[in-house]
Amino acid sequence: MTMNLETAAHPETLRRVAIEPVSRVEGHGKVTLLLDDDDRIHQVRLHIVEFRGFEKFIQGRPYWEVPVMVQRLCGICPVSHHLAASKALDQIVGAKNLTPTAEKLRRLMHYGQILQSHALHFFHLSSPDLLFGFDSDVARRNIVGVAQAYPEVAKQGVLLRKYGQEVIRLTAGKRVHGTGSVPGGVNKNLSREERDLLLADIYQIIAWSREAVALARKLYEQSPALYDDFGRFDAHSLSLIRADGALDLYHGGLRARRKDGSTVFDHVNYDHYWEHIFEEVKPWSYMKFPYLRELGPEDGWYRVGPLTRVTQCDFIPTPFADHERRDFLAYGGGSAAGATLGTHWARMIEMLHSAEAIKELLHDDDLLGDDLVVTGERQERGVGMIEAPRGTLIHHYRVDDDDVVARCNLIVSTTHNNQAMNESIRAVARKYLDGRKLTEGLLNHIEVAIRAFDPCLSCATHALGKMPLIVELVDAEGRQVDSLSSGSL
Amino acid sequence: MNAPTEPTRKLRVATTSLAGCFGCHMSFLDIDERLFDLLPLIEFDRTPLTDIKHCGPCDIGIVEGGICNAENVHVLREFRANCKVLIAIGACAVTGGLPAQRNHLDLADCLQEVYVTEVSLSKGGIPNDPELPLPLDKVHPIHEVVKVDYFIPGCPPSADAIWKFLTDLIAGRTPKLGHGLISYD
Ligand code: SF4
Repeated sequence: MTMNLETAAHPETLRRVAIEPVSRVEGHGKVTLLLDDDDRIHQVRLHIVEFRGFEKFIQGRPYWEVPVMVQRLCGICPVSHHLAASKALDQIVGAKNLTPTAEKLRRLMHYGQILQSHALHFFHLSSPDLLFGFDSDVARRNIVGVAQAYPEVAKQGVLLRKYGQEVIRLTAGKRVHGTGSVPGGVNKNLSREERDLLLADIYQIIAWSREAVALARKLYEQSPALYDDFGRFDAHSLSLIRADGALDLYHGGLRARRKDGSTVFDHVNYDHYWEHIFEEVKPWSYMKFPYLRELGPEDGWYRVGPLTRVTQCDFIPTPFADHERRDFLAYGGGSAAGATLGTHWARMIEMLHSAEAIKELLHDDDLLGDDLVVTGERQERGVGMIEAPRGTLIHHYRVDDDDVVARCNLIVSTTHNNQAMNESIRAVARKYLDGRKLTEGLLNHIEVAIRAFDPCLSCATHALGKMPLIVELVDAEGRQVDSLSSGSL
Repeated sequence: MNAPTEPTRKLRVATTSLAGCFGCHMSFLDIDERLFDLLPLIEFDRTPLTDIKHCGPCDIGIVEGGICNAENVHVLREFRANCKVLIAIGACAVTGGLPAQRNHLDLADCLQEVYVTEVSLSKGGIPNDPELPLPLDKVHPIHEVVKVDYFIPGCPPSADAIWKFLTDLIAGRTPKLGHGLISYD
């Protein structure tokens, strides 16, 4: 079986198997497989099945509402949207350079976000597969099972996430959907008491993050052949990078590399991202398919996220994490650095980096400063980019003279990984499922590959969709409350 | 606040996110280490944390998010049919929430803009595969489709509110959220 598995030649003759919903991920998605009578697989697709319309209904709203509203796209990483939108609106209000207090508070908030999201993903969502096995008992394959079999691991996961959420609460005002960042800066600083509260636990958090890296590494080392190869595919890569080549999750220029490691572009100002990134629509998913214009629509798709960032930065600017990065790159002659399951290891390295970065910031008195907001000459367009937990996130707004939003475009992290995730599950299908009787455990292999990306199918669904048929919605008493047909479009 | 004592039988709990952002589920996880106090008292059926794909008979069903497509309706009905007590958690489930902002828009315009005329798009076209569930032209709160036993407002409700509510319910008390636990953000 050599086809790329995206589209079967004769779907009408094939049997359909669906994984619905994809579980232990954030958001709503499903996978469909088309098989023939001999259980050979002809088509594998990850569909994003929901839609929001955010880009449209944000139009006409005053621009200052945007950083608060946009978080409701995603409750897992609301801070990423909060900050990407704020960065775009910094440009709108002409805030060229934020005050040190504002920039550092936003960074603190962001590192708290990375910490909690990476902990959630590794411990609550993915560790059951990694600790128990991909086809282990469904009843146990979840965080409750982990809490029973590995109570210390579960406890540390919960407390790591808690710490990240506390950082967010103290910088944004609220754990989920806070309001700390505003166009041009922030609306509160950190008090001495709040700072000391966070300082009291940070050394424990760093220690646990180091243990988490060790655990991710140990799991890899226990089954190197499986981990090296599972869902593996070659991809170009994209991430933000600091001017000196350091990993920087909050700000930088764009770096893109080809599969062979050669440079496509480097340190590119993201203000004109559309000169480098285009998107295509495929009829079977509400999530678009982006690609690098330099490489064209066929071959130009790429991977973003922890694996890309840790691999393509020149160094990590905190000591423990950089040490782990070097070990990660050296492992198996570089085999983990390109492996889908190596993403978990890279993710834990980033979590450690975030913990270290939080510690450094907490020792910086700028956090306590009073100079919070700057403004400048009003601009019409603003682009904000950030490295969210799952990868590069783009927010782009046009705000007219009347201060209301006229246009909005978002390219979220999971969308960048759309083709990559599809490639990965096709690799898994080819190797593990093709020609076999499909069991629950085998189907979970597909989800294991999807989970490595930590996709947020929730924020990937901000676009609106079409209704191809008629649907009627009746209430609890059988009265029709809504109906719709393709004709109404 | 102490966890109630261990019951003779664990209560079975299912949760789902319909047209929501998962923020309400996050707020549930924000009970932090109190999760470990809860685990002896409950067991999870279908939730985003387990790999159970369909809801079976349950004592408590918790629904985040409103209804935006046919698939949501299907899942919601399955929850109502299986859960003795059904709870709408968060603004989206209670009122439609932020996703309902699209209710005043014309769908054709939205589709055109997002999938066809958007500037960063080289090849457009409106997705229409049968695998994609049919969207409704409005986002609805869940009580418009099934009977709902309890509503917890907030975007999201705080972890303390969720904790108080669940521990009351598990202990057999009528859940009561007092001052400071009810929010309408
Ligand atoms: S109520 Fe708020 S937090 Fe809950 S799902 Fe809706 S937007 Fe998210």
